[in-house]
Amino acid sequence: MATTLDSKVPSGPLEKKWDKHRGESKLVAPNNRPKFDVIVVGSGLAGASAAATLGELGYNVKCFCFQDSPRRAHSIAAQGGINAAKNYQNDGDSVFRLFYDTIKGGDFRSREANVHRLAQISLNIIDQCVAQGVPFAREYGGLLANRSFGGVQVSRTFYARGQTGQQLLLGAYQALEHEIAAGTVKMYPRTEMLDLVLVNGHAKGIVVRDLITGEIRACAADTVILATGGYSNVFYLSTNAKGCNVTATWRAHKRGALFANPCFTQIHPTCIPVSGPYQAKLTLMSESLRNDGRVWVPNKGKDPRSPDQIPEEERDYYLERKYPSFGNLVPRDIASRNAKEVCDEGRGVGVSGLGVYLDFSDAIQRHGESEIRERYGNLFDMYLNITNENAYKTPMRIYPAVHYTMGGLWVDYNLMSNIPGLHVLGEANFSDHGANRLGASALMQGLSDGYFVIPSTVANYLATQMGKKVSAEQSEFKAVEDDVRRRISRLLSIKGKKTVTTFHRELGLLVWDKCGMARDAQGLQEAIQKISAMRAEFWENVNVLGDGAEFNQALEHAGRVADFLEFAELMCLDALERKESCGGHFRLESQTKDGEALRDDEHYCHVAAWEYTGRETRPNLIKEPLGFEYVKLSQRSYK
Amino acid sequence: MNFKLKVWRQKDGAAPGSFRDYDAKDIPSEASFLEMLDIVNETLVGIGEDPIAFDSDCREGICGTCSLVINGIPHGPGKGTTCQLYMRRFADGDTIWIEPFRATAFPPIKDLVVDRGAFDRIIEAGGYIVVRTGSAPEANALPVPKHVADLAMEAAACIGCGACVAACPNSSAMLFVSAKVSHLGLLPQGQAERESRVLQMVREMDELGFGNCRNHYECEAVCPAEVSATFISRLNRDYALASAKEALAV
Repeated sequence: MATTLDSKVPSGPLEKKWDKHRGESKLVAPNNRPKFDVIVVGSGLAGASAAATLGELGYNVKCFCFQDSPRRAHSIAAQGGINAAKNYQNDGDSVFRLFYDTIKGGDFRSREANVHRLAQISLNIIDQCVAQGVPFAREYGGLLANRSFGGVQVSRTFYARGQTGQQLLLGAYQALEHEIAAGTVKMYPRTEMLDLVLVNGHAKGIVVRDLITGEIRACAADTVILATGGYSNVFYLSTNAKGCNVTATWRAHKRGALFANPCFTQIHPTCIPVSGPYQAKLTLMSESLRNDGRVWVPNKGKDPRSPDQIPEEERDYYLERKYPSFGNLVPRDIASRNAKEVCDEGRGVGVSGLGVYLDFSDAIQRHGESEIRERYGNLFDMYLNITNENAYKTPMRIYPAVHYTMGGLWVDYNLMSNIPGLHVLGEANFSDHGANRLGASALMQGLSDGYFVIPSTVANYLATQMGKKVSAEQSEFKAVEDDVRRRISRLLSIKGKKTVTTFHRELGLLVWDKCGMARDAQGLQEAIQKISAMRAEFWENVNVLGDGAEFNQALEHAGRVADFLEFAELMCLDALERKESCGGHFRLESQTKDGEALRDDEHYCHVAAWEYTGRETRPNLIKEPLGFEYVKLSQRSYK
Repeated sequence: MNFKLKVWRQKDGAAPGSFRDYDAKDIPSEASFLEMLDIVNETLVGIGEDPIAFDSDCREGICGTCSLVINGIPHGPGKGTTCQLYMRRFADGDTIWIEPFRATAFPPIKDLVVDRGAFDRIIEAGGYIVVRTGSAPEANALPVPKHVADLAMEAAACIGCGACVAACPNSSAMLFVSAKVSHLGLLPQGQAERESRVLQMVREMDELGFGNCRNHYECEAVCPAEVSATFISRLNRDYALASAKEALAV
């Protein structure tokens, strides 16, 4: 059992750490690289960029994704942009400022050294992507354009219309396809990782299921890289793609990898509200809308009048009232929490009562409809398509939704988990965003990890593994394969009365209610008990039709929901243990007298890393203390 | 709302398929088309019948996974992907025909799910600019005129869904190929490999069993990313020039 964690952060001045580390890391010579097999799970920004780069370096890479093509990973849905400290706008940006904004935005719950490296590498990412042909927006002179984003004071965000994630992913995907053609990467689409294999304590392979034939097989390698994204879909409704899941990281956790800060989830304030129980997912609308839209609810609850019939004095512009200096532009967590509060008071709008108005009538009066159309036309069209309402005539209705998770598997400075040989990249790890992620930083981290960090740090591990080749025929692999097969047979043999979706939806409602935008000890304890009961019912009463040796989408979903039912309990436990409020984690017991998040640096300035200890026993909490040498911890205020 | 569905069911790629009738009952008009199928599937599982297999993922119109032919039209009526189609577009009591994308190069997997891996093979053949990670020059060292960057972005917007192929009487992939050839060929970064790229991609496309373009423009009509068929003219020009140079060995 682990008791302390070594983050392996190099010594020396902050801005020299990464160079120093690379200078001191072990290397694998070009002629030796083809002797090493590397497994990459996931083909989003982190996975595709890692697989392509490692293939290009000469390693023998196997890349797996559950989608039908690596180009469809969920990174593709990111709209806004990618940050980089290029300072092309000459507005005072710098590597240090990007580093500082990211640390502060994360409410001082991330590692200084990791975040500084991210800010440094941001410069190389833009160069790399432009060279690949990513069509970033440009000025008339032909140079790159920037915009401001997410409440920072500089314009450092690079973007490709509202499709930045798509274009960056296609860049990485094309690089990956080039390596596939060159034979350095073998791609396995429609193949899902279902377990991790350890040999002598090192991660040496995975067990996968071919989603077309249902075949279960083991795959051996010298190291395993997980880039499998976040766990927002534990809430059932989120802005994530339907297939996003926690399975790869959760199975690795059950094999010994520590899960860090699972309670750190981000809830985005401007999403289209839920319209009914049949709904399968939520749609996010760029938060840039808050630049011109005014958020309000009626003063009185259950007001039956249409919004244009409610006079000015009977409206509550609650963000402008409570935060006069930031108004509608308060950070995401605060905007979300306040929307929940007014809806809890019974003043929410729409049929469900879970919505607030985002009103453009003042902006339209001031700038004219054509100007607003110019700025947000595509968003208004999207809103019309989904809700059948014309936001030029009537206010939009919005409500917060889960869309990103900052928690993930614990990793050290090398992006290696506590299991030697298991590396974790992108949203799947916990490392860079603390308790709250800034806008346009997720894409930056995915590509930083994949293109620039892992190619250097993986060599440091592989250099120690010469001559330690394992085979998928070894007993360790057979044992895990048997575990996976047993579990699938069990899922298929229950033939109960409830569908997988029913369980998923029930779990989602529960964690959204108790571990969503506001949390307290009583609710979390209640949730933990209910999740446990729900899990027991699942394994007795779920109905999965068909068999394992075929294309079976219900079976895929069942396996993922079974893992969410276990993971959800850890998320609630972590939220219960962290008795402070910070970033997206708001404990009702820890607030300032004005009702704002109150951090407790004395007791909670640490990473909470959880160790799995068995099905019936409480996981073991290991704390990695966070030290701050270069920034001063402060209380955020937006009044 | 209530609908009569006629859904293509096919156990696997080897088995023959056929249409089967299903009732979609009490569907909210604000449900999306895929949510309507979710509801039908929940009912099917309840009575012990194998749910209808169909592909979807992001459900917000960008990943390109969803792929249904609805009443004969890839992605159904209106612009956009299947996942962005809402039931209010139909009238209560309508009969709706639902089929997979059909093309020789997209072999069936199950029910409405097909294998579009051929698109990946085409990209593998040359749909990239080779840049060794870390060796890229400073991003602003190479200005790209705004109108060129904007046009490249319009081509790059392709989501790789395959509707163009499903709509084309010849199952041609020319719109897909032209989008990538134009995106990369328009940019100064893409010039070094411009000729080899177009030759390799077109040859791979032919090899995989996609047909040729005969100017039906069905592809443009159904493209959810609104990729213009004028890119096909650009592809033809690039291909003609590159093959002439190849033949003359210049």
